Amino acid sequence: MPVEEFSVLIGGRAGEGINKASAVLNHLMAKLGRYVYMYYDYPSLIRGGHNFAIVRSADQPIRTHRDRVDVVLALNQETVRLHAGRLSASGVVVYDSSSVKEADGIAIPLDQILKEEKAPAITRNSGLIGAFCRVAGVPWAVVDEVFREEIPAHAEVNLRVARRAYDAAEERFQVEATDRPPLPVLTGNEAIALGLVRGGLETYIAYPMTPTSNVLHFLAEFAERSALTVVHPESEIAVILMALGAAYAGKRTAVGTSGGGFCLMTETLSLAGMAELPAVIVLGQRPGPSTGLPTYSCQTELLFARHAGQGEFPRLIVAPADVDEAYLWSARALDLAWRFQVPAILLVDKTLCEGGYSASFDPAVEVVEPPAPTEEPGEGPYLRYRLTPDGVSPMRTVPSPGAVIKVNSYEHDEAGITIEDAALSTAMQEKRRRKGEALARALEEYATVAVYGPPEARVGVVSWGSTVGAVREAAAGMPVRVVQPVVLEPFPAEAFRAAVAGLDRLVVVEQNWTGQLEQLMRLHGVGADARVQRYDGRPFTVDDLVARLAEVV
Amino acid sequence: MAAGDLITSAANTWCPGCGNFAIEHALKDILGEMIAAGTPAEEIVLVTGIGCHGKMADYLGVNSFYAIHGRTIPVATGIKIANPDLTVLCCAGDGDCYGEGLEHLLFAAKRNVDITLLVHDNRVYGLTTGQYTPTSPLGFPGRSTPQGTPEYPLNPVELMIAAGATYVARGYTRRLPQLRELIRDALRHRGFSFLEVFQICATFYNQTAYYDEHACDLDPGEFPTADAARALRVAREWDYSRESRIPLGALYETTYPTYEERLAEHRAGTRDPVAVIQRLFAERT
Repeated sequence: MPVEEFSVLIGGRAGEGINKASAVLNHLMAKLGRYVYMYYDYPSLIRGGHNFAIVRSADQPIRTHRDRVDVVLALNQETVRLHAGRLSASGVVVYDSSSVKEADGIAIPLDQILKEEKAPAITRNSGLIGAFCRVAGVPWAVVDEVFREEIPAHAEVNLRVARRAYDAAEERFQVEATDRPPLPVLTGNEAIALGLVRGGLETYIAYPMTPTSNVLHFLAEFAERSALTVVHPESEIAVILMALGAAYAGKRTAVGTSGGGFCLMTETLSLAGMAELPAVIVLGQRPGPSTGLPTYSCQTELLFARHAGQGEFPRLIVAPADVDEAYLWSARALDLAWRFQVPAILLVDKTLCEGGYSASFDPAVEVVEPPAPTEEPGEGPYLRYRLTPDGVSPMRTVPSPGAVIKVNSYEHDEAGITIEDAALSTAMQEKRRRKGEALARALEEYATVAVYGPPEARVGVVSWGSTVGAVREAAAGMPVRVVQPVVLEPFPAEAFRAAVAGLDRLVVVEQNWTGQLEQLMRLHGVGADARVQRYDGRPFTVDDLVARLAEVV
Repeated sequence: MAAGDLITSAANTWCPGCGNFAIEHALKDILGEMIAAGTPAEEIVLVTGIGCHGKMADYLGVNSFYAIHGRTIPVATGIKIANPDLTVLCCAGDGDCYGEGLEHLLFAAKRNVDITLLVHDNRVYGLTTGQYTPTSPLGFPGRSTPQGTPEYPLNPVELMIAAGATYVARGYTRRLPQLRELIRDALRHRGFSFLEVFQICATFYNQTAYYDEHACDLDPGEFPTADAARALRVAREWDYSRESRIPLGALYETTYPTYEERLAEHRAGTRDPVAVIQRLFAERT
């Protein structure tokens, strides 16, 4: 049966290599010239528990998964029990008959195959993938090529096991290849990391925390080829302070964390605001309060990110929806943070961070380069906080011959010396305010609000971050306009109002129950008529949203 | 301010008789000597916390990062990660560094990051008007503990030797020639230098008579030693609470690779981001 859209779920116990198996499945589908989306679902433990991944592919861009799948690859009975109900009408379970006793589908005797091939237990996944490839009609040459690229050190033994299973299975689908060149499949974390590198990242500092730990891991490995310094210190408090120290000494630096770690960073976020030191913070949202659901997803930190830190100071908050936006805006966030000497927050979530997406972006895409260091106007000593019309002071970093560079957490004068004088305090507050306004003006050069859908639409669906992927696909069959503010602070009010102009009805879709984007919209004079929310830690699927939107659109 | 003026025009607001004046002038002289001997002035960075000591950032005419309470060390570490050639000096307070930011102190010693930490230990919170700190003696009647603190003090010198600091010394602001030598040595030492300086708080805890009476010098022929067990025995002579002589001087010094040196071993690769990303794309397709 020829298929354009195709989903496969692989499930097993944590520690059985489901993550690696899904990377191989991604690569197989990408090799056929198909667009890929991968959803990875796992509990917060190291071994045992149930892990599964859904690899969906199609002949057009996709950014979410569906409830239904065409093939379930079961390494254990639990996978059959939990997921057999997801099968489409023509779907089939492919299972390891050595560990799954009750199933209806294609049985692969992996114990026997592994024994005969003298293969280690970890090759079990390769067996199931081999069987899957036969079921999906993937030519063996493609399987051979992908295994050699994905598992170069142990390709032979894995291929032997895969081939035995390939021969033991039967073809049920012909997953169509396209003539497009294959696109790499990246996780959001990888795209963020690469975007930061593209933006000139020199130092990355983080304390491990799901869902952004893989930015740290990826960059730590990548450091060997990119001259990066990657540091894992004692706490998130140390992380952000080290980042400001490195920025003061001239290094473009980013940090990564989740809500709990960001709580620890907030005092220093405020220091960055006062001292006018740039930093990029990758904030990966996961459900709270507190430890919450550590390995699941949500959109609950928009207002926290917006208000975090004592006092009033400008900041940038950007929420990319997929890997293409993540790459572009990570690079831009670094650039803007350094140009305006502000903290910048990349507000993402577990769905984007750990999901896999076909990357369409060109690595060489232009990002704005920082202007050459401004020379001092006229004579006189260097003043770190020189009062300027746009509030942006020429930034020098240590060491700078002839300049004494003083940064200060107290209110300060132009030289950075502590002051308490009322008039000068006002001048400095207004300097920082003007800097925020200059940042907002600079953002007018960018597409800060994305709009999709037919121009004649009367209903708008507003969403942000990774949820936009599901919204776009669900809305594709409906007469609605999808509106996505990519930049959330400074809120692009004018661009947003233009994007929703002419609409009679607005629905806001977000993964929280307080309606955080909706509150932000109201602050800028745009109300909502209905809302679609989800707060169980799981991202919206296409099917889920089609049904929920039909109720309110 | 113009480079080269080591004292700024900021009005000094320390109380008359404050121990900070002695430290300020010692630092001014020693940094001046370093600059005269060839250290570029722009390569010296002072990091301070919050408390009376922190005003040093306003008063000394060098690069400075006036940070937040308890957090000098991670800022200084970030500066050294960015540029290992800089001379980075932290001035911190006892509440600032033994209380709020204790974890960073332990990690600086553990990592042997090449910074110098000078702790202005007056054993009381001055700027918040007189509460006990981690080095106040048992029973100290501060404003938050009017019946006397129920806690034993921390012995930071002992702690630092145990945690892996490679230079550990203790000085006193009324023994200035020795203090100047200790500051010079601490700055000269490659690795994490810990220098605790007893100073009196003229307003909330004036211990001049006690320190004058109990302070004693270590035998310069025997100290500093690289024998941690010996250094620890001396460090434990006084527990910051009971009556005892107070040994001053450099207790411990040893050498091993710094954090920045070890970190630099792993640095390699190219600065052409587009090329490395394109290479990764090729591997993934």
